[in-house]
Amino acid sequence: MRTDDPSIRWIEEPSLGLSGRMFLPLFVQGLTTTARHLFSPKVTVSFPEERPKVDNPLIYRGVHRLNRDAEGRVKCVACFLCATACPAHCIDIVGTESPWPDREKYPASFTIDELRCIYCGMCEEACPVDAIELTSLLDLTGRSREEMIFDKEKLLSVYDQTKDTEPMPSARLGGTL
Amino acid sequence: MALIFVASCRMCLVESGRKDPQTGKVTMLPKLVPACQTPATDGTVFITDSDKVRQSRAMVEEDLLIDHPIDCPICDKAGECRLQDYHFQHGQRERRADIRPFTSRRRPLGDTVTLFVDRCVMCSRCVRFTREITGTNELYVTGRGSAEEIDVLPGFPLENRMSGNVVDLCPVGALGDKDFLYRQRVWFMKSHNGVCAGCSTGCSVNVDVNQDHVYRLRPRENPHVNQWWMCDEGRYGFHHVHSPNRLAGPHRREQEAFVPADWTKLPAELDAKLRAAGRVAGVFSPHMTVEAAYLWATYLRDVDPQARLVLGPVPVEGEDEQFKNGFTIRAEKCPNRRGVEEVIAHFAGRVEAMAELLADSELSLGAIWFGGGYKHDWIDTDTAERLAAAAPLLIVQDLFDSPLMQRATYQLPAAAFAERDGSYVNHADRLQSFAWAIRPPLGVREEASLAWLLLGRRGLFQSREVLDEIAREIMFFHAAAGGVPDVGVDLKVNRLAAEPIEQTARTV
Repeated sequence: MRTDDPSIRWIEEPSLGLSGRMFLPLFVQGLTTTARHLFSPKVTVSFPEERPKVDNPLIYRGVHRLNRDAEGRVKCVACFLCATACPAHCIDIVGTESPWPDREKYPASFTIDELRCIYCGMCEEACPVDAIELTSLLDLTGRSREEMIFDKEKLLSVYDQTKDTEPMPSARLGGTL
Repeated sequence: MALIFVASCRMCLVESGRKDPQTGKVTMLPKLVPACQTPATDGTVFITDSDKVRQSRAMVEEDLLIDHPIDCPICDKAGECRLQDYHFQHGQRERRADIRPFTSRRRPLGDTVTLFVDRCVMCSRCVRFTREITGTNELYVTGRGSAEEIDVLPGFPLENRMSGNVVDLCPVGALGDKDFLYRQRVWFMKSHNGVCAGCSTGCSVNVDVNQDHVYRLRPRENPHVNQWWMCDEGRYGFHHVHSPNRLAGPHRREQEAFVPADWTKLPAELDAKLRAAGRVAGVFSPHMTVEAAYLWATYLRDVDPQARLVLGPVPVEGEDEQFKNGFTIRAEKCPNRRGVEEVIAHFAGRVEAMAELLADSELSLGAIWFGGGYKHDWIDTDTAERLAAAAPLLIVQDLFDSPLMQRATYQLPAAAFAERDGSYVNHADRLQSFAWAIRPPLGVREEASLAWLLLGRRGLFQSREVLDEIAREIMFFHAAAGGVPDVGVDLKVNRLAAEPIEQTARTV
């Protein structure tokens, strides 16, 4: 299209008035916003000195734990359903015959690569015995990649650490809620 | 027909009737009949998908599940369970029965099989198997009505050499394979068509693998070889594939020690050494594929036109064992003696046995190449000593360490049966081809692909291309030209006129 095309309507930028040329109203407007935020209540926390408040720890998706049953044994029956559901393929289980008469199968090893995990919570949904759960522990750090691959003992220790603050939800399957 | 029909599960009930040939009027039976056991004759009418039939199936399915434990997550059959499939097709949303068992009682039936008592739907396939196929009659049904159970008599466990088949037969998870139990979920595994390398029957198998690990072998239906079955020896005979003792990486002898060699430079080095060696002999184990034997024979005859081509030791254990239905476990514990023999015969005119080579009192050679693939001890120290003394250059490609391997100049690791591309020819001259199911461990190079490199062929080793070439070159393999179906090809078809008929009519 040519610039002298008759269908083009050219408009001029409106000229600034006196107040506009002095920038004073805009200056006041900006300072007002600054002042309002200075005195309004804070929404951020100074992590890690201050801990953020988790509204409902039961539905928060943080570090995994492996639950224990009433006798302190791992509840997991090594059915691989969490590993099947996992979209990030971060769960690795080795199932074997359990040493207890009332159970058939249990995990000889159960590892989760916490770095690979996307914390979607699908493993928790898939578990038929409520053995794997996501806790509200949210600051997960480690010095090496190997340290971030959690094994069965580590995952059980997360349970021991969180069982009082976050009880197991399902009473039917031995939970306390 | 594998087993007789007993119509015990009632899942296949259909409406049946008869058409009057005069009037053309159809009279239906008021009762449903089991489709598996009702012969279709002239004028019989079947309705397989009416409301009545669907409703009946749903009811039968619900009945089968009434006290079936809901332990699918820990049941090894889950994912390939017929009952689970039927539940997806006909299942109720809720379980109406108030019996909710969660675990199943279990007891061992023998060394190979565990019975999960409560998962059983009493189809009696396993009982019929031991009666009709093996003829060993270990299993029977005890109790009556809802107390019926499969059992063995005390002191007479399920211990025939085909016992593993009952696990495949079982439509539910009632019979568990102790070797496979709890090892892997079936939906993670990929199934590859393979051929069992356990004996010269060469059963067609499915090799079930996940992430380059073989978890189990299952028989694959092949009416010409094994029908639906395989023996326990073959079924559990894959563990050597993942043995920690397998040779890893090629080694070269320098003074008295073995130092790791580099695959990128090794073929050129081997080629130079072999060509400088003078008289060459090649020993071909009956575990090699037809393609590997052909490529190696071609190469060795190229290096030395008078190269001696020798058939390696053929492992034989005990006697052939034949079962009631004709299935035979062969005493010859190698898959491809016939194929290797024919390849050697094509190049050398006759098949020289290893004993002949050893009996040669003035045995003096420049180099001996050994193609192995043996699972167990196959050579004694004296023989190895004699062979090592006969040639300054000894190249051994095998799976495991052996007295001969200790005396080798070059130690080359070989590929196991599940890692190979190629073909085997069984005792009855049936050729079956298969592709690799798992990749060989790091540092292992398939025999055939090494020969392919040594021959200076372009690109990667293509077993199909080589087999086509073999079919063109060697009359015996002619029937394999133009593709090998899943059930294999009978190489005897071209020799019908030349040989007596009874040899070709041999069945399983």
